[in-house]
Amino acid sequence: MNMSDLLITRFHATGAKDGAILFRHNQPGRAVTFDDYLADGGFKALKKALAGMSPNDVQQTVIDSGLRGRGGAGFPTGRKWSFVPRNLPGPRYLICNCDEMEPGTYKDRVLLEHNPHLLVEGMALASYALGVERAFIFIRRGYEQAALNLKSAIAEARKAGFLGSAICGSAFCLDLDVHLSAGRYICGEETALMNALEGIRANPRAKPPFPAVKGLWGQPTVVNNVETLANLPTIIALGPDRFKALAATPEGAGTKLFCVSGHVCNPICLELPIGTPLGEIIDTHCGGMRPGSSFKACIPGGASTPYFTRDHWGVPMDFDPVAKAGSRLGTGGIVVFDQATCMVAATLNLVRFFARESCGWCTPCREGLPFVQHILERIEAGKGEASDIDALKDHVHKLNYAFCALAPGAMGPVEGLLRLFEDEVREHITSKKCPI
Amino acid sequence: MIPAQLRQELEERVTRAVTPREAAVDVMKELQRHYGWLTDEAVAEAASLLGLTPLQVDELATFYEMIYRRPVGRIVVHVCDSISCWAMGGETLLGRLEQLLGIPAGATTADNAVTLLPCCCLGNCGNGPAMMIGDRLFGPVSPEQAADVIAAHPGAP
Repeated sequence: MNMSDLLITRFHATGAKDGAILFRHNQPGRAVTFDDYLADGGFKALKKALAGMSPNDVQQTVIDSGLRGRGGAGFPTGRKWSFVPRNLPGPRYLICNCDEMEPGTYKDRVLLEHNPHLLVEGMALASYALGVERAFIFIRRGYEQAALNLKSAIAEARKAGFLGSAICGSAFCLDLDVHLSAGRYICGEETALMNALEGIRANPRAKPPFPAVKGLWGQPTVVNNVETLANLPTIIALGPDRFKALAATPEGAGTKLFCVSGHVCNPICLELPIGTPLGEIIDTHCGGMRPGSSFKACIPGGASTPYFTRDHWGVPMDFDPVAKAGSRLGTGGIVVFDQATCMVAATLNLVRFFARESCGWCTPCREGLPFVQHILERIEAGKGEASDIDALKDHVHKLNYAFCALAPGAMGPVEGLLRLFEDEVREHITSKKCPI
Repeated sequence: MIPAQLRQELEERVTRAVTPREAAVDVMKELQRHYGWLTDEAVAEAASLLGLTPLQVDELATFYEMIYRRPVGRIVVHVCDSISCWAMGGETLLGRLEQLLGIPAGATTADNAVTLLPCCCLGNCGNGPAMMIGDRLFGPVSPEQAADVIAAHPGAP
């Protein structure tokens, strides 16, 4: 057997698909080169912005586009930028968050391995809008290939005059630095990320002050996700209305990367109109369930989001509809489980992850998550008691008192377990064993 | 003691940084690459390069999953134990590797060749179960393929 067949970096068999913007430039079987990108309209948006738009025009276009942050929280990107005061002395910073460590999520890796140039151009546009002259890309351990691609894309962009000083003959200057991390989930939390970047132990910081006012090295800072920034060239090139119209619903805006894993035939990362129904993603685009499997549940948006079941098949996968249906769109990382999956065991795996990744800074998270893990271990082992269910419910509520979003996120799947699979949990307790 | 050339490279990295400690993770990684793990000596060297105390370096070193503060084998095999790989048989893969290497997860083989570590999501969820050796990611790795993947790695026993 050739071991290179098992190496992860492998490219989609097909090139670009209609309606795609993030995967628009994709080439079958290889990464997009700088020349491919230029020949296919790359850096036109940056030239357009520098030639004829003020920084405020760029920000307003992003606000009008309805773009919401693709890292999980879904906060409107242009509004986030608008919180940055423009009159404070000293530099402002932009950080691209590529600490993609939410289990079930791999879209940013696929995006960077296919086409790092979109991120470079997107960061140049965001930096122009924000008055940033030095920006950072914070990349997780494990994404060394993506980091290499990005570094060579940065070098090529610099050589072609799209980074550095006097970009495209304008007064705009920008340096991009790649910062490689060493593996810790909490670094994806934006204030912890800033500590990590500064070389300080990555515990989250208290908010306020918010990063927009006092962030990296105490200066105004914006933290945006890879996919969010990679959308910007298209928004500037096409204008806000055409970007909005890419969505599957009138309320949505743009496309979304969905990265699917688990018990489907074809677990891939794909770009679809935001608001595409869950069932369509699984059945039409991932080939349905693998042979012998039937759908039981899924995590719709990464490890911290409450489960969806067959009842949620028609839910449009966009921020507001998913929230209305009791979960979160999160990162778009869909993990699919079949009928042979024990939901207590799945939840235990998730809680174990969060308990281990807790930074230990605050008591509810440091002490609460191992306690929840312990209860789930007991239930799964057939040693649970009826009162354990109340204890779990209590902790879903109480872990909201934690310092940052890690612990409340960790309780997302627990809340979903109790709401959607309470009978299955009770069966573990009454039959004194795992019934699956 | 680290070679003069490595020391010079690390000094240059620190000089390029916005503040010296911004380079802390890069410096720790390079020292780890040199020693195989981040030894006490390496912590002291990192501290002197970064203008920190050894304790401040240790605060960082112990925080990161991929900085080893204890000796590891010549090859470190990381096996993802997070949700997507779990659903696709990650526990079976880890069990097979334990059996194959004759060590429990977290341990190093007696000949110092291989350390086996479960780890957090590697971002290869569509290719589960996944594992990482050095900077290389593999998946989906069936229990039957596990031995070959390790054997094919440079420096494998």
